[in-house]
Amino acid sequence: MNRVVVTGLGAVTPLGHDVGSYWSELKNGTDGIRPVEVITDPRLNQKVLGEIKGFDPLKHFDARELNLLDRVSQIAVVAAREAIAQAGIRFDGELSERTATIIGTGAGGQNTNDDSYRRLYEEKAARVFPLTIPKLMVNAPASQVSMNCGLRGPAFAVASACASATHAIGLSYQMLRSGVAQCAVTGGSEACLTFGSIKGWEAMRIMAPDKVRPFSRDRKGMIIGEGAAILVLETEPDARKRRADILAEIIGFGMSADAKDITAPDLNGMVRALDNTLKDARLNPQDVQYVNAHGTGTTVNDRTETQALKVAFGDHAGKLAISATKSMIGHALGAAGALELVATLMTLRDNVIAPTINYLGPDPECDLDYVPNTAREMKVDVALSNSFAFGGLNAVLAVKRYRP
Amino acid sequence: MSDVATDVMAIIQKKIRVERSQLALDDKLRDLGLESLDALELVFDIEEKFDIEIPVNANDSNIGGFETVGDVVRAVEKLIAQKAQPA
Repeated sequence: MNRVVVTGLGAVTPLGHDVGSYWSELKNGTDGIRPVEVITDPRLNQKVLGEIKGFDPLKHFDARELNLLDRVSQIAVVAAREAIAQAGIRFDGELSERTATIIGTGAGGQNTNDDSYRRLYEEKAARVFPLTIPKLMVNAPASQVSMNCGLRGPAFAVASACASATHAIGLSYQMLRSGVAQCAVTGGSEACLTFGSIKGWEAMRIMAPDKVRPFSRDRKGMIIGEGAAILVLETEPDARKRRADILAEIIGFGMSADAKDITAPDLNGMVRALDNTLKDARLNPQDVQYVNAHGTGTTVNDRTETQALKVAFGDHAGKLAISATKSMIGHALGAAGALELVATLMTLRDNVIAPTINYLGPDPECDLDYVPNTAREMKVDVALSNSFAFGGLNAVLAVKRYRP
Repeated sequence: MSDVATDVMAIIQKKIRVERSQLALDDKLRDLGLESLDALELVFDIEEKFDIEIPVNANDSNIGGFETVGDVVRAVEKLIAQKAQPA
């Protein structure tokens, strides 16, 4: 079995359009939940979202290219380019054919969908734009990253709602570990801040009106965001051979399904995903210092996730540092797991844990250490990143500081 | 019983998961076997029927602070009355 390492990171987020600015704002505890600008219909009740502000696609693509790129693909490609540039890798010849492109997304090209329905139903247009279908298909981000970066190995989209990116990265990890592929460009992308999509989230009545307060008393729910994060994974011997700067090692991946409720989380499903990850990574609970929580800010997720950590980690749960970066960027659904893994990897690199902001005080049902409100300097060698999706689909990754 | 009460109770009746031939105003919602997604659909059906917005956040411990069928009826009557007044 190959060891698998991370050599490149890229991100486009509400807190900045590259990993450096994203991570520095996360450490500052900056709240990226801001007044909605992209949706102007007055029937929208939700006033704040995790929107990527000031992203100008023409800085990255020409007009002809943009005809083919929904926002969800634009940000995926921009993040992939950043990750590949950091890795300093060239996909020539055989390596291109041995490189996987696995990209998670929950909803695909929602902006294209919304635009074409508006034309048809509201403007009574007779036709929609010719490239509507290839822009909105759920595999468009994976295909566009593959095409843009010249990656010709296994490539596909993964859809498991809020766990999509974690499943995508986990599958990539398994492919490299087993030798099916040699390199992977993997992560997630989501751009679902459209009128139709957010009205759907309003109808679920689980969004907070103002701020995301994971694990806090008086939390009022989650808030939807958008973003993309992409990683370059390589087998360890390959990365060493080309003297790459190795950022961290991926050491385990665990999955489970609740088979229970379409929206409510399940303690047993979460615990099995955590247990499977610890087992896959050959970790004892006390080996782990930090958990980047799923931490959506809903009453039920945060309570259930707290219980799951207590069951999976036993007494050690009280010693874990746990934080929810969704407090700052909202829930970017199919991209969330990748955005959170990037934060987790930066924690390993800098020995700083991004905080859970907007924390008002303990909830009796959430009584662990959530790194409230301010970042913490702490040596972290091993960390987990949790994703627990609607539909009861759970995925957890384990990462470790790299040592040769 | 008011027309609003009759209509609201008919909507609730369709969502409950216990045998109950006739709902009463003092029936407690939690005794009617309403699951969380039933409650979401129930609120939607009432909003659609009366063209009102019921401010409910599913993160609150009991949905919208409604304990009984009568609480829902009174809230709906109040929202209808507010709608009738010029803004």
